[in-house]
Amino acid sequence: MVKGMSVKEGDIAQRYREHTGRKRTYIMAGLALLAVMTVLSIATGSVDIPPADVIRTLAGYSVSVTWDSIIWNVRLPQVLTAIVAGAGLAVSGVVMQSILRNPLGSPFTLGISNAAAFGAAFSVIILGAGSTSSRVGDAVTISNPYLTTASAFVFAMLVTVIILMFVRIRGTTPEVMILVGVAMGSLFTAGTMFLQYFADDVQLASMVFWTFGDTARASWEELGLITIIVAVSIVHFMLNRWKYNAIDAGDEIAKGLGVNVERVRLWGMIWSSLVTAIIVAFLGVIGFIGLICPHMARRIIGDDHRFLITGSIVMGSLLLLCADTVARVMIQPYQLPVAILTSFLGAPTFIYLILKGRRI
Amino acid sequence: MILEVNGVEFQYRSKEVLTDIRFQLKKNEILAILGPNGVGKTTLLKCMNAILKPKSGTILVDKEDVLKLEQIDIARRMGYVPQRCEPARLTAFDAILLGRMPHIKWNISPEDVMLVEATIKKLHLEDMALRYIDELSGGELQKVGIARAIAQNPKLLLLDEPTSSLDLKNQLEILNIIRDVVRKEHVSAVMTMHDLNLAFRYADKFLFLKDGTIFAAVSMGDVTPQIIEEVYGVPVTIQNYMDVSVVIPV
Ligand SMILES: Nc1ncnc2c1ncn2[C@@H]1O[C@H](COP(=O)(O)OP(=O)(O)OP(=O)(O)O)[C@@H](O)[C@H]1O
Ligand SMILES: [Mg+2]
Repeated sequence: MVKGMSVKEGDIAQRYREHTGRKRTYIMAGLALLAVMTVLSIATGSVDIPPADVIRTLAGYSVSVTWDSIIWNVRLPQVLTAIVAGAGLAVSGVVMQSILRNPLGSPFTLGISNAAAFGAAFSVIILGAGSTSSRVGDAVTISNPYLTTASAFVFAMLVTVIILMFVRIRGTTPEVMILVGVAMGSLFTAGTMFLQYFADDVQLASMVFWTFGDTARASWEELGLITIIVAVSIVHFMLNRWKYNAIDAGDEIAKGLGVNVERVRLWGMIWSSLVTAIIVAFLGVIGFIGLICPHMARRIIGDDHRFLITGSIVMGSLLLLCADTVARVMIQPYQLPVAILTSFLGAPTFIYLILKGRRI
Repeated sequence: MILEVNGVEFQYRSKEVLTDIRFQLKKNEILAILGPNGVGKTTLLKCMNAILKPKSGTILVDKEDVLKLEQIDIARRMGYVPQRCEPARLTAFDAILLGRMPHIKWNISPEDVMLVEATIKKLHLEDMALRYIDELSGGELQKVGIARAIAQNPKLLLLDEPTSSLDLKNQLEILNIIRDVVRKEHVSAVMTMHDLNLAFRYADKFLFLKDGTIFAAVSMGDVTPQIIEEVYGVPVTIQNYMDVSVVIPV
């Protein structure tokens, strides 16, 4: 940027810069909060670890062998899983809301999560992509994560294609979307129940896996896979941030601005379905994060996707991490799957959104 | 010629809307597309912008076939303002900044921001620059849409009823601005209109549509009461008042 240029810039441009600067500040503040919460969350659990020791351990200075083991093997993977899954679900939600031009869009409300859960269960029970064991409660060992993810993705995409067909034929009014979502959700829940009917006792016990999403399930390796998919999808979404803004202004305006609306919509849905599928395959269904977090971010930063995408990511990570931490200590010594908590949070918000109408 | 339309036909599913549309437009001229409701004015504008794909015919903008261009290349040449703008939770500044989209790669430059600022000043939108457009009035929103198309810096402006939501003062103001842009910045404009008197004041050429095809393509001097009566089915007289032609239904 040439220095003399900013001299010519008038007061409107300057006010605009302040306006976007504020959004950046909010995002930075969110990131700082996330960092603090990460430490606190690692410190919290059935054994409390002083936050200072958490930081020391994370920095590579071993404080005690027990804490090393708890932090590196248990808490850190769970916390990172919550952060990555929260980011993935929230970013999928915000993109779906934009490209479907519908405030009720999210992986969960559109039935995509349930379809992915069915796909994952299908791969394990029918295609034999994993072994189930009743040793540790609802533990399921997925021996072939690629097959499970692929299967979850195929079913998630199936719903996505159906939704896109509805968009073509009926438009994207909230009513249509919700009806499609309810229909898809119950169809695939029924499908999962159908599988349960033919499952043996051990399998049956483990089917609960996909019904209650839990961040404690992911191993380092699975976390790595989820992280890669989420990261690549975020890059894709960020590359399209201007196009989402244009679509917000209306399909015709977007086309007039050179946006291939159908293609952006298709790829946006494909990536957000893939993200949903991989999270659901490894963690189970975690509802409402993809719906609530984008709306919280919208409230604070507005609908400009240059900032909203990042804002939703931070918000998703933060909320799922907080919920996860609370679920961990709520009824000790048991650890609640976080999905139960997010559903408790989500249902009222969802109803609130319906009551408030299109824009909140 | 900035625009040459040859034998364009269009149909929605089975409904024939446009047949054999052909006309030309010179640089620095304003063309008004006139005709009754539902005759296909909006459809014709969308065809010119390739938002709708005509069944047959060609559209040349600056000698290039629009139907063979990529959408982004069309956007660099033509700015389109739809009949109805949809509100979104974006500030007016952001909404106008979208007009720079066809020209940017990864992010906006300071020049883009300054150009938007200049456009805002040109259209006197200073007061609403940082307000959310879903809180603007219909007329304010329409001005934002026009500002976006101007910020797009096109060779050809396509405006669908640009003054339909504006009050008397703003109608004149916006059309003056459009005329200024056309005369000074080597742009041409095609706009659909319902207000014949406004059209007569600002446009250079007139395209009267009837039954999905061109009934008359004339310049100001050649507009007769007969044409208007045939097209709209209303008997009129055209009077001259202080060098301005005025249509009066009789
Ligand atoms: N998406 C659509 N599908 C089917 N028919 C359509 C569609 N859009 C418009 N039409 C029909 O095509 C015809 C032309 O519509 P168009 O919108 O081009 O008219 P118009 O001249 O712009 O009218 P107005 O002055 O009311 O804006 C109308 O009869 C309309 O009903
Ligand atoms: Mg129209």
